[in-house]
Amino acid sequence: MEFTERHVEGLKELLYKMADDLLIIGHRNSEWTGLGPMLEEDIAFSSMAQDKIGQSLALFELLHELGESDPDTVAFTRNAPQFHCSQLVELPIGEYDFSMVRHFFFDHAEAIRFEMLSETVFEPLAMVAKKFKGEIKYHTMHADIFMQKLAAGGEESFGRMQQAINDTFGLALGLFEPGDYEAELIEAGIFGGEAELQQRWLAKVVPLLTSYGYMVPSVDAVEPAFGGRRGVHTPHLQPLLDEMTEVFSIDPGADW
Amino acid sequence: MPESIKALLETVMDPEIPTISIVDLGIVTGIESPEPGHAKIELTPTFSGCPALRIMEQMVHDKLAESGYTHIEVKTTFNKQWNTNMISEKGLAALKQHGLAPPPKHDGYIELDVLSDTPCPYCNSRNTQMHTPFGPTLCRSMHYCKNCLNAFEAFKPVS
Repeated sequence: MEFTERHVEGLKELLYKMADDLLIIGHRNSEWTGLGPMLEEDIAFSSMAQDKIGQSLALFELLHELGESDPDTVAFTRNAPQFHCSQLVELPIGEYDFSMVRHFFFDHAEAIRFEMLSETVFEPLAMVAKKFKGEIKYHTMHADIFMQKLAAGGEESFGRMQQAINDTFGLALGLFEPGDYEAELIEAGIFGGEAELQQRWLAKVVPLLTSYGYMVPSVDAVEPAFGGRRGVHTPHLQPLLDEMTEVFSIDPGADW
Repeated sequence: MPESIKALLETVMDPEIPTISIVDLGIVTGIESPEPGHAKIELTPTFSGCPALRIMEQMVHDKLAESGYTHIEVKTTFNKQWNTNMISEKGLAALKQHGLAPPPKHDGYIELDVLSDTPCPYCNSRNTQMHTPFGPTLCRSMHYCKNCLNAFEAFKPVS
């Protein structure tokens, strides 16, 4: 099938939101470097940060091949309103309970997204998605272990994790904010769409959390934190971007 | 011609694990030499976030240049996605020689129990425990041997 202009626009929108999510969660994860509650967790979050940023680079490269600016320019010269990341990923790391719950929700969504995209008709993306699938296996495995361990860690541990689940669920639903080209992407076989992704995500995370002993809020009772995909962000994104681009901004043309 | 390029690349070692060549690691996914002096090489990353990638591209370039190749193109692609089954037998032995437990062969599904009884590279005991699936580099996990009481690292299986 020949791609129309709307297909290409939809594909770019999809790549931007994925790349931005990965770049921003990668930077947030890296903020645990040196601060993890134990050495292994310090290394885990740092390693996952490195994976995420590497994956965002691969997606920015695909965008570059579709005519967008080069990866460094795209990553380092946009301001918050031009970013398509979800509000979930831009929030500060907070306490460990929030970071862990965000990690669990986000990585299961990513794992399913890459699974779906490994079948996309846009071959370069299919190849990248297949690669990411193998890497992210370790991320979901890590999240599952800790969600389970912390559920069984006593009253305070369970209580804090349950509270973090309640507080983060609506933010996580914001990951599935529909774009402007859902119908075109589905029709062309580029992507199965955010609605299907959300459905598959719920079918994955709800039984897992329930099996660990947590209560999961009802989707109908929670307001999804939409807006991020359209450049509407919390006040936390711009300061992160300022920090992330501080060195780049001193001398944008510097040769490394 | 591609065979002689392959032989050259067998002398380019992983910058972080100097006992294994990039050919044995399985990351050389394409070698072409359309005419004498020309070399087109395709590499694929072990992990998307691997910081050694650019260094390896440069090492390949330098090796071919010093061997007389004048038109060299080294490209990194995801056209063939790397997984640990692509490490050669010689490569697996080279990892062990470096003190890294080699990854087990897998059928595409990696589960936690694959990692939990990784044989110790020092004493070969399977009485070991995984501490964390993340290590000093993206491709390594950290383990403890309850038999010889050594901490060790493993090159973790990736599908």
